[in-house]
Amino acid sequence: MNDLTLIRKNLFRKKLRAILLTLSILIAFLIFGVLGAFYKVWNSGAELAADNRLVTVNRINFTVTMPYAYWGRIQAVEGVEAASFANWFGGYYQEPTRQVQTFAVDPESYLNVYPELVFEPEQRAAFIANRTCLAVGRDIADFYGWSLGDRIPLLSNIWQKSDGSSSWEFDICAVFDGREDYPANYAMFHYEYYNEDLAFNQDQIGWIVIQTQSADMNASVADTIDTMFANSPAETETATEAAFSEGFANQFGNIALILLFVVGSAFSTILIIVGFTMVTAINERTGEIAVMKTLGFPAPRIFRMVLSESVMLSLVGGLLGLGLAWGMVTLIAAAPGVSAFLPGLSMPQNVFIAGVGLAVLLGLLTGIIPAINAQRVKIVTALGKQ
Amino acid sequence: MASLYELKDLSKRYTRGKESITIFEELTMSIPQGDFIAIMGPSGSGKTTLLNLLGGIDRPSSGSVECEGVRVDKLSEGKLAKWRSQHVGFIFQFYNLMPTLTAAQNVELPLLLTKLSGKQRKDRVATALDIVGLADRKGHRPRQLSGGQQQRVAIARAIVADPKVLLCDEPTGDLDRASADEILETLQLLNKELGKTIVMVTHDPSAAKYAARELHLDKGRFIEAKAEPAQ
Repeated sequence: MNDLTLIRKNLFRKKLRAILLTLSILIAFLIFGVLGAFYKVWNSGAELAADNRLVTVNRINFTVTMPYAYWGRIQAVEGVEAASFANWFGGYYQEPTRQVQTFAVDPESYLNVYPELVFEPEQRAAFIANRTCLAVGRDIADFYGWSLGDRIPLLSNIWQKSDGSSSWEFDICAVFDGREDYPANYAMFHYEYYNEDLAFNQDQIGWIVIQTQSADMNASVADTIDTMFANSPAETETATEAAFSEGFANQFGNIALILLFVVGSAFSTILIIVGFTMVTAINERTGEIAVMKTLGFPAPRIFRMVLSESVMLSLVGGLLGLGLAWGMVTLIAAAPGVSAFLPGLSMPQNVFIAGVGLAVLLGLLTGIIPAINAQRVKIVTALGKQ
Repeated sequence: MASLYELKDLSKRYTRGKESITIFEELTMSIPQGDFIAIMGPSGSGKTTLLNLLGGIDRPSSGSVECEGVRVDKLSEGKLAKWRSQHVGFIFQFYNLMPTLTAAQNVELPLLLTKLSGKQRKDRVATALDIVGLADRKGHRPRQLSGGQQQRVAIARAIVADPKVLLCDEPTGDLDRASADEILETLQLLNKELGKTIVMVTHDPSAAKYAARELHLDKGRFIEAKAEPAQ
């Protein structure tokens, strides 16, 4: 027997109470883990952004296009290593519910600024050479069962062709992957092929991706670009790729704030419930604590034991919750089609580490008052009440 | 017999609201090593308070409590806790065993404060339980034991760290006569065979007869009633 035995036995002396407390903590950490995993996917764009990549968009917002000519002018700016552009196609396959994130790009320059996209050399060459080619991310190809050589129509819910249709025919000539966690859940095609048939908004592009010579030059390059187009009909705003990705994610609302609110509410509730229960549990044991002190257990050791009890409870609930969250996230990620829309969905290590840290903090917060009370138990008073 | 405890001019006063209550005033006594004293007296006479002072779980308002030359009343809380763990065994009226622990684990509790190995602790626990005749109940939890058996476990816990003195507060107060006699015989055995100094507070005159001396505490003064054990 050691202190840990005592802590464990005291913790589970009232099994129903211990189980209910563990369950309530478990639920809080389950929410934390699952939301943390989704938050990571949501913000993966910002996390995966290159330091020396900038994105220029129309100053009004990124859904408003800018002239194609901007691309050429930006390439000439001092400090720009390479530049490319893309336009949002808003594609779907057969049914509007079967969304395919699709961009109209200049293949060669686009692949140049995005070395994270991994192509087989012959497929890369085919994509650049074939103007009707659709380069498809592996996740999308797997989801729809597409393979090289397939000819498929993609419809746009934004753009229209001059003949009145919204359908573009493509030949799948490349399937690409993302390096490490880089997403491969979208498709790309030639801007020229799309632009020449547009009924409106021709020669307009959505955003320009710029690779600077070094991250140190980001500020000066961004400033030069935005100054260059100041007072034009399409003024620009240039930011780092990370800021652009964050802004893109935030168009759906401040996800971080929503998560903070949900997780914060869950944890505040748990803090109150567990805190009060721990105080009650220790008060019930005042006599036993007095006996331990009588036997010679010093007050600091009793303080540590009570605090450890609270931390252990929190850790048990927290680890079970995080484990369950990991299981749920793994199951969701393995479900058909999920990787196409939530690429890289997994329990991030930092969420797990933060969860464990949070469990320890929760244990310390809920245990500190009971531990102080236990430390202060007056033997004579406590034994006198028996 | 060499003196174990020296109490000099011991006073204890409590304040309850604006009222100051004197339990005893300038009490002086000596407890020789190996003595078995029964302290009797009316309720509120300060028997338990005296026991608490001897055990270092309460401090006097004035005067001194000295045990083997150590001023117990002057020790810091931390040192006092250590002193208690090494020198004093406590036996309470309501046994005060940990309900979640087995008999053996309850007995082992004071040994967690020592540097003994697990094996040494186990041996000591076995010996202590054997002395009180409960070797076969080591795996039982307190609620699975009778009152008398629980008190014997409490005695084993009190002696397991081999303290010189046992302080017993109404050790038979919650027991039937037969169980009480068993407990008192065990205490007598510990006193005679192992040389433990025992100070026992009791209301029960027949319990007091097991002691070598009976002291009556009345109005803050001791009256010695008996010098030799009757049984």
